[in-house]
Amino acid sequence: MGILEVKNLSLSINGSKILNGLSVSFQEGHIHAVVGPNGAGKTTLGYTIMGLEGYRDFTGDIIYKGKSIKNLSVYERARKNITLAWQEPARFEGLTVEDFIKSSAKNKSRETVTDVLEKVGMSPGEYINRAVDKGLSGGERKRIEFASILVMEPELVILDEPDSGIDVASLNNMFKAIKFLKSNGTTVILITHSLAVLKQAEDAFLLCHGDIIQSGSIDKVSVYFKGKCIPCDHKNLPE
Amino acid sequence: MSVEELVKAANIYPEMHDKDTARLVINKDKVIDTNVVTGLTVNTVEIKDGVDINIVLKENVTIEKPVHLCFGVTHREAIQKIIMNINIGQNSIVSIFAHCIFPNAVDVKHVMDGKIKVGRGAKYSYFERHIHSEEGGITVIPKARIILEDYAKFKTEFELIKGRVGSIDIDYETTCGNHSVMEMITRISGRGDDIVNVKEAGILVGEKAKGVLTSRIALRQNARAQVYNKLVAMGDYARGHVDCQEIIQGNAVASAIPIVEVRNPKAHITHEASIGSVDSKQLQTLMARRLSETEAVELIVAGLLK
Ligand SMILES: Nc1ncnc2c1ncn2[C@@H]1O[C@H](COP(=O)(O)OP(=O)(O)OP(=O)(O)O)[C@@H](O)[C@H]1O
Ligand SMILES: [Mg+2]
Repeated sequence: MGILEVKNLSLSINGSKILNGLSVSFQEGHIHAVVGPNGAGKTTLGYTIMGLEGYRDFTGDIIYKGKSIKNLSVYERARKNITLAWQEPARFEGLTVEDFIKSSAKNKSRETVTDVLEKVGMSPGEYINRAVDKGLSGGERKRIEFASILVMEPELVILDEPDSGIDVASLNNMFKAIKFLKSNGTTVILITHSLAVLKQAEDAFLLCHGDIIQSGSIDKVSVYFKGKCIPCDHKNLPE
Repeated sequence: MSVEELVKAANIYPEMHDKDTARLVINKDKVIDTNVVTGLTVNTVEIKDGVDINIVLKENVTIEKPVHLCFGVTHREAIQKIIMNINIGQNSIVSIFAHCIFPNAVDVKHVMDGKIKVGRGAKYSYFERHIHSEEGGITVIPKARIILEDYAKFKTEFELIKGRVGSIDIDYETTCGNHSVMEMITRISGRGDDIVNVKEAGILVGEKAKGVLTSRIALRQNARAQVYNKLVAMGDYARGHVDCQEIIQGNAVASAIPIVEVRNPKAHITHEASIGSVDSKQLQTLMARRLSETEAVELIVAGLLK
């Protein structure tokens, strides 16, 4: 049994079915990848696991460490050490990088903040007092988000397209940090389109039209990246 | 309450007492401390229920350290009228930190009537922090008319986030000359039955005049706010922006009335407003980091008001 079991999950938004009786099992301490075309439902799956607003009304179940978390709020799931990094992180006017990171940190010292900024390849001197607002680039914001995940010391984390907007040098920092999470026993779910990110995982799931249609080794699933998705009737098949 | 306690409540930097820091401290209608520096003249006349202040900065003078003004009322019940004329000479530079402190107010009315002229090429910034009692028995009526001559730069920030607002009625209007730059910022946090009225206007008369009006209001319980922001662009290539954000919780009610008026096809004004509850993505991000909803809202509001 996995640390997180998603069972027969179906979710509709505004009458259209986004997740379609999906079942998947994530193993404790593993790095899993979830791949699939645009609009397949990857982000929706992440939001539903996290229990975000608007993603609570579904059929099926989500079992974490043997117990259903279906009826828990976002905050209650976070207190069970589950967290999520958004595909596009929110911006906070007036909140400094330090305030933002500290708010998630178990240990709220300044050293924790400087240490984690270095882990994501950002100079603390340059960033610690900046605001987490429009003044940060998309890639910088993603890395700050990731830093706030690291200080949270989660047991399970969903990283939605962690590489989007990240330059090559920073990507290596990000990969190192993902390995660091794993070394601490964190279960990592990587949602991605990128082969480089996929390679960081130990196994992968291919999500198409709201359901997992293939799973297994990276090599097997990366067939998707070779240009053709496994035949299915998805309306948004990648060319 | 002594001057020291007043100053302490305002969290004023110790530099305020330096020999080379200009200052003026008023309690109700009495001037209790002054210090001036070269180039700066401060004349005060005690009037009925207040003080008439005349501040003149000569031309081509740079005042290195911020000038401190402290307008306090330590009484429980009082009226304080401040009439303030400020004249900043051409090409001079100065900033003022003003602290308005009403720590014991049960029924206090503070009226400020300012006339400010910022000379050609001069730079003037004014920061006003209010510290009120927890009673809410305060009425604050600040009014200012500001004139910016060509190439002048002016920035004013009004902050009322400590203690209850009571009732506030801000009325500022700035007229901007050629190539002048104006920025007016207001940050207010209201609760209980506080009433916040903000009326800020910028008239961009001159060519290439620039103006930004920024309002950040957070309301809880039964507080009410109305923000009336007006920008008028008349000069060629005048540019302006109105940015109003109000976060409400509980039974609070907020409204925003942005008026942008462009009378010159070469001018341009934009405005953005967001009124309502805390942004859901921000809230959920923090909740996904183990913050409770209350903790998350507090952090977001603190950021907004900073
Ligand atoms: N709140 C919503 N309202 C309406 N439709 C939604 C909403 N959220 C998701 N959808 C729809 O659900 C489908 C799946 O979206 P989702 O964001 O999960 O896809 P994704 O696999 O993450 O895609 P991408 O690779 O582009 O990030 C899309 O068709 C999307 O338009
Ligand atoms: Mg997505």
